[in-house]
Amino acid sequence: MKQRLINRMKLTFPSCSENERFSRAAVSSFISQLDPLIDEISDIKTAVSEGVTNVIVHAYPDRIGEVFMEVKIFADRSVRIKIRDKGCGIENIEKAMEPMFSTSHDEERAGLGFAVMQSFMDKVSVRSIPEKGTTLILTKQLKEKERYE
Amino acid sequence: MDTEIRIYTGGIIYAVISGDIDHHTAKGIRTDIDKAVSEHDPGLLILDFSRVTFMDSSGIGLVMGRYRQMTDRGGEVILTGVAGYIRKVFQLSGIDRLTKIADDVSRILSGENRIDEDIKEEMTDEAKTY
Ligand SMILES: Nc1ncnc2c1ncn2[C@@H]1O[C@H](COP(=O)(O)OP(=O)(O)O)[C@@H](O)[C@H]1O
Ligand SMILES: [Mg+2]
Repeated sequence: MKQRLINRMKLTFPSCSENERFSRAAVSSFISQLDPLIDEISDIKTAVSEGVTNVIVHAYPDRIGEVFMEVKIFADRSVRIKIRDKGCGIENIEKAMEPMFSTSHDEERAGLGFAVMQSFMDKVSVRSIPEKGTTLILTKQLKEKERYE
Repeated sequence: MDTEIRIYTGGIIYAVISGDIDHHTAKGIRTDIDKAVSEHDPGLLILDFSRVTFMDSSGIGLVMGRYRQMTDRGGEVILTGVAGYIRKVFQLSGIDRLTKIADDVSRILSGENRIDEDIKEEMTDEAKTY
């Protein structure tokens, strides 16, 4: 069943590392209308940080490009976050998603970004075309709110 | 935010990391810790996460890197002040099986004295007033 969309937002920002914090804060602030649990906010912030950092570090390794982000929230309290870039793309998505796999050598990258996203979100999907760019979609179902009133 | 480095007798460095640990901030934190490690050549590096407000997998890289560096020197790393959401990230990496995560390090530090520059200055200032 397709869920009813109740709100959405779009953001575009340059891929400078200062924006890692901004992107997490923006998503966290937007989803606060669902009154999520602290753990849910923390999980989502961590996953967003991984996705946006990958764009900054990998998609545009030696230039500043655009990061496109879209967040949708649905009536069933699910949250869907799309992070898209027009960067280098991913040659082998399956390989890229393997824990400890990283194409970056110069930094202390753990190769665990996808592992974090997969464990903190309900669903992680990646579409990518080499030289064209990558679209990452993160989905999480928030818990039903207990109503005391 | 700056990492607070405390130097103790007994070859201990105690680093209090503050604020968010992400790809943007990790480099600065790493530089501060590595500078202290190369200057003081400790046998034990304690990383305190109690003032950390956010951490993604960049924190794993940070700890893995320091762990490798310290074990190469024959030293050890202990993590402390690790809140639940940070522990969750560490557990994914298995780093929690490589380094000790201690709730309380006061026993390790008891009997040791701080010998860093700030303290030295404070002590000489105090000495003057007597
Ligand atoms: N948006 C992206 N554009 C290009 N490559 C990407 C992107 N996201 C991820 N990757 C690739 O997937 C690999 C694994 O990513 P990740 O699990 O986050 O580990 P890390 O970022 O530590 O390398 C990266 O090393 C990179 O090769
Ligand atoms: Mg990554």
